[in-house]
Amino acid sequence: MLKDQDRIFTNLYGMHERTLKGAKKRGHWDGTAKIIKNGRDWIIDEMKKSGLRGRGGAGFPTGLKWSFMPKESDGRPSYLVVNADESEPGTCKDREIMRHDPHTLIEGCLIASFAMNANVCYIYIRGEYIREREALQAAIDQAYEAGLVGPNAAKSGWDFDIYLHHGAGAYICGEETALLESLEGKKGMPRMKPPFPAGAGLYGCPTTVNNVESIAVVPTILRRGGDWFSGFGRPNNTGTKLFAISGHVNHRCVVEEEMSITFDELIDKHCGGIRGGWDNLKAVIPGGSSVPMLPGSVMRKDAIMDFDWLREQRSGLGTAAVIVMDNSTDVVKAIWRLSKFYKHESCGQCTPCREGTGWMMRVMERLVSGDAEPDEIDVLLDVTKQVEGHTICALGDAAAWPIQGLIRHFRDDIEERIAHKRKTRRPVAAE
Amino acid sequence: MLRRLHPDQPDTFAFAPANQAWAEAQITKFPEGRQASAVIPLLWRAQEQEGWLSRPALEFVAKMLDMAYIRVLEVATFYFMFQLQPVGKIAHFQVCGTTSCLICGAEDLISVCQDKIASKPHDISQNGKFSWEEVECLGACANAPMVQIGKDYYEDLTAKKLADLIDEFDNGKIPIPGPQNGRYAAEPEGGLTSLKDYKSGALAYNASAQAAVDLQDTVKRIDGTEVPLLTPWLGDTKKSEKT
Repeated sequence: MLKDQDRIFTNLYGMHERTLKGAKKRGHWDGTAKIIKNGRDWIIDEMKKSGLRGRGGAGFPTGLKWSFMPKESDGRPSYLVVNADESEPGTCKDREIMRHDPHTLIEGCLIASFAMNANVCYIYIRGEYIREREALQAAIDQAYEAGLVGPNAAKSGWDFDIYLHHGAGAYICGEETALLESLEGKKGMPRMKPPFPAGAGLYGCPTTVNNVESIAVVPTILRRGGDWFSGFGRPNNTGTKLFAISGHVNHRCVVEEEMSITFDELIDKHCGGIRGGWDNLKAVIPGGSSVPMLPGSVMRKDAIMDFDWLREQRSGLGTAAVIVMDNSTDVVKAIWRLSKFYKHESCGQCTPCREGTGWMMRVMERLVSGDAEPDEIDVLLDVTKQVEGHTICALGDAAAWPIQGLIRHFRDDIEERIAHKRKTRRPVAAE
Repeated sequence: MLRRLHPDQPDTFAFAPANQAWAEAQITKFPEGRQASAVIPLLWRAQEQEGWLSRPALEFVAKMLDMAYIRVLEVATFYFMFQLQPVGKIAHFQVCGTTSCLICGAEDLISVCQDKIASKPHDISQNGKFSWEEVECLGACANAPMVQIGKDYYEDLTAKKLADLIDEFDNGKIPIPGPQNGRYAAEPEGGLTSLKDYKSGALAYNASAQAAVDLQDTVKRIDGTEVPLLTPWLGDTKKSEKT
């Protein structure tokens, strides 16, 4: 188990002082100017060495992403945009950072902006997080007052402005180009890539979009060294990670743990076990709603919570939002609810997604009630394959994968339900 | 999803003076000529002031940001937090119904709303005080099931507790938000399993609930006088000293 001294978010639960003074006591904002004076290349090298992979779901190496930004400005400013539009069902980790340990994020924004030659950073927080927005803005105001951001930020010689902006309840704005559209005051409809944001992002200027957690871990990594961070977890899956565990465990929680921790250790140490015991475990969605679910039998023994292991099981770590379901759960209904979610959140730009999400939801509805024909399962699977990969952004994929996971692992449940319904269904005259 | 403006519209809209100043300050966050970026915060403040977004409010914001009305209408209909019809006079309840909450009992919460407020979402209760809707994941999954009421999250709910909350609002009280089962924030329900040494200096409530207790504005119609206006990026940090 990770020791407290190796935890980055030491005020995750807000039980310590939440002010700037409290943050400084916990070691934040310590030697920030010195880190910046080490220079851009040193910072990016150290981030690459740490092996940090983006914490927003896709797991793209953060240091590498930063290195795509232009080294010299061609007259256009560069921007850092922090994606705080945490809306993936199951995910509630960035919220804890922003309301209880906001200075990790603000310091990270300064360092990351410097590393990518940006003098301005926008944080885009989801609209529903109103108190979190207030907490984060209060922390930003404190940082301005203390000279940690603003002109000559933290006496580093770098001028830096940080603005908090918010959305108004659209999951799609968590997609980086939709977020940029929204930040420009438009509907959150994803853009075609290329051009990638590093070439033409916000207002057509070079932009990097990073997740809150990816940015908030940066100062600690640089203070303690990339090697320290890469000492946790398996190669290519390094570091510490916030896990958000919801559903049928005894004690649901958000907790920072080592990457590649086994599922049973995570659950037993922090969550007091599965509700009703391990035999009662039915299924787990290991990384937020977009990744396929895995059956309890796979997760029970030595399941490793990291990008690569879960990928080998044809699922994913995503945002490390673990949704646990016990035997009392109607898994078909649980996935139907996700289909309803994706139908609600599709921006309507691409036909396969706009039409497909609604179509898939309606078939899922019939699977839940058992009114479907048995061969509709394969038709549904086929349609998920036609939506997947045929849309501008990954929302189409995200809508398809949970259904594919359900059919892959719980086909028997679905068939049984249809068979049962047919037995009890009274014949109706054709109309 | 098809969303239209309400058939009955008020004649005019204007920001309250402090809200107007706040709105003008938001525009300074963006580069020259990019004032359209401020459209969501401005619409949101208009909704906070009135409870919902009317056509005159959209026109007002469009004029203020030098945007075509259709661009503002697009935004207002695209983002689901914007209420395009009147809501309950005291509070609008937003019940999270997505999977994590669903498997922890969100359907029971919806039943409570149907019983105590109105059978259909967005309908206003008979006494005019409340309305409700089911919303998608609100990002408090470790504290499921939960409901957003006004500015605040009420977490770790049961049907009974939600019914009690509705009664309290009905009686003109503002119940303390946050976890309703004695938890502090998102720590394990059974007690801390980490960070035990970082347990000093805690205030009575977690950051979200503390703000609600301090400001008492959970279901208030916001007029901009609740908190002092700060714009430290304009170099006026002195203003932020507490008055």
